[in-house]
Amino acid sequence: MLDKKGIAKRIAQELRHNWYVNLGIGIPTLIANYIPEGIDVEFQSENGILGMGPFPFEGEEDADMINAGKQTITPMPGASIFDSATSFAMIRGQHIQLTVLGAMEVADNGDIANWKIPGRMVKGMGGAMDLVASADNIIVAMMHTNKRGESKLLRQCTLPLTGVKCVKKIVTNLAVLDVTPQGFKLIERAPGVSVEEIKNATEGRLIIEGDIPEMKID
Amino acid sequence: MNKLVANAQQAVQDIESGMTLMLGGFGLCGIPENCIAALVEKGIKDLTCISNNAGVDDFGLGLLLQKRQIKKMISSYVGENDEFERQMLSGELEVDLIPQGSLAARCQAGGSGVPAFFTPAGYGTEVAIGKEVRYFNGKPHLLEHALTADFAIVKAWKGDRYGNLLFKGTARNFNPLMAMAGKITIAEVEELVEPGELDPNNIHTPGIFVQRIFQGEKYEKRIEQRTVRER
Repeated sequence: MLDKKGIAKRIAQELRHNWYVNLGIGIPTLIANYIPEGIDVEFQSENGILGMGPFPFEGEEDADMINAGKQTITPMPGASIFDSATSFAMIRGQHIQLTVLGAMEVADNGDIANWKIPGRMVKGMGGAMDLVASADNIIVAMMHTNKRGESKLLRQCTLPLTGVKCVKKIVTNLAVLDVTPQGFKLIERAPGVSVEEIKNATEGRLIIEGDIPEMKID
Repeated sequence: MNKLVANAQQAVQDIESGMTLMLGGFGLCGIPENCIAALVEKGIKDLTCISNNAGVDDFGLGLLLQKRQIKKMISSYVGENDEFERQMLSGELEVDLIPQGSLAARCQAGGSGVPAFFTPAGYGTEVAIGKEVRYFNGKPHLLEHALTADFAIVKAWKGDRYGNLLFKGTARNFNPLMAMAGKITIAEVEELVEPGELDPNNIHTPGIFVQRIFQGEKYEKRIEQRTVRER
């Protein structure tokens, strides 16, 4: 089974040279720590920076230099800064090759819910609805089940949707799955996790074809 | 051209209860601290505030929320403010949550004479309720309307008495867009410079969008999430 770092490491293997990438808050943010050697990518943060770099050294934090998670960051050489309309022009205009975000629920048709629990938690969608409505390539990073052990990979989302039929791939602590017209297709198992365990943790339609390889993670 | 006013109190003097305000900033980054303090002091009520976030409990728009001066918030993300969430869940505060990109585009449209536009964001979600849907290139889009405000209040790094503005780092965010969409736009700046000091090639907001400008003071510039790496 993977921890959050492991999920980030596995998604980092999906990065390709010269891609522009938007990473959501939470597990997706960790991906920046595991960029494969020889791969050059630029990270966009939707509050208005392209070429987001690492956190600053202590004492060098700048209140005017943050990411969409409101964390202090630094710009990389070659970075650019712009207003929110330009930022979402990049997103809506499909200039970004990969979007990775977290989710509370994903349905087997690619629907995603991650912004609201009615009556209990209403934080808002931020840029998530713009991202999922426009991005061509969306990977969801999340735990396979919630704190009560219930599946987060469902036949149908129960929470208010963020976007419809948009998720392409899911990487969880248990598996890598592609979203296909027939449902979740199991691609890889996490180290030490059996197909049976993944079946039991998946409520939505699950397609299992042939031998399912184990992920290779350093 | 001289759009200079003395201070925040003078800049907001004719803002009245019940008005609609736009306030620039993303989280606490690039917020008009001086004008928010002046609005708290002024004590006006029933404001509709258009701002990407709602500050934190004890800073930014959170200060106006604490005093119950806001009737309605139009925002995209309000997760850092417990008082906001409490007022919203209890029904005291009216809230319109809209996707961040749509919010940015709606402000820009409002200041640009574009009454409405189509965007894919929010199709098939609660955000789409009551909105016209049209297909372009086989994909569904929602009709979103422009936003304007009685006053837009923005914060810039440098500015001159013509109203030309320059922003610093990611404090730019919504500020240039909201500056366009206010019937009256107030800009508070960290540094007021002489006309000609700003390079005309590098002005983010041309002065035409700004009606009042003043040099702010005592900027706190709070950091919400102080994240650092080891040396």
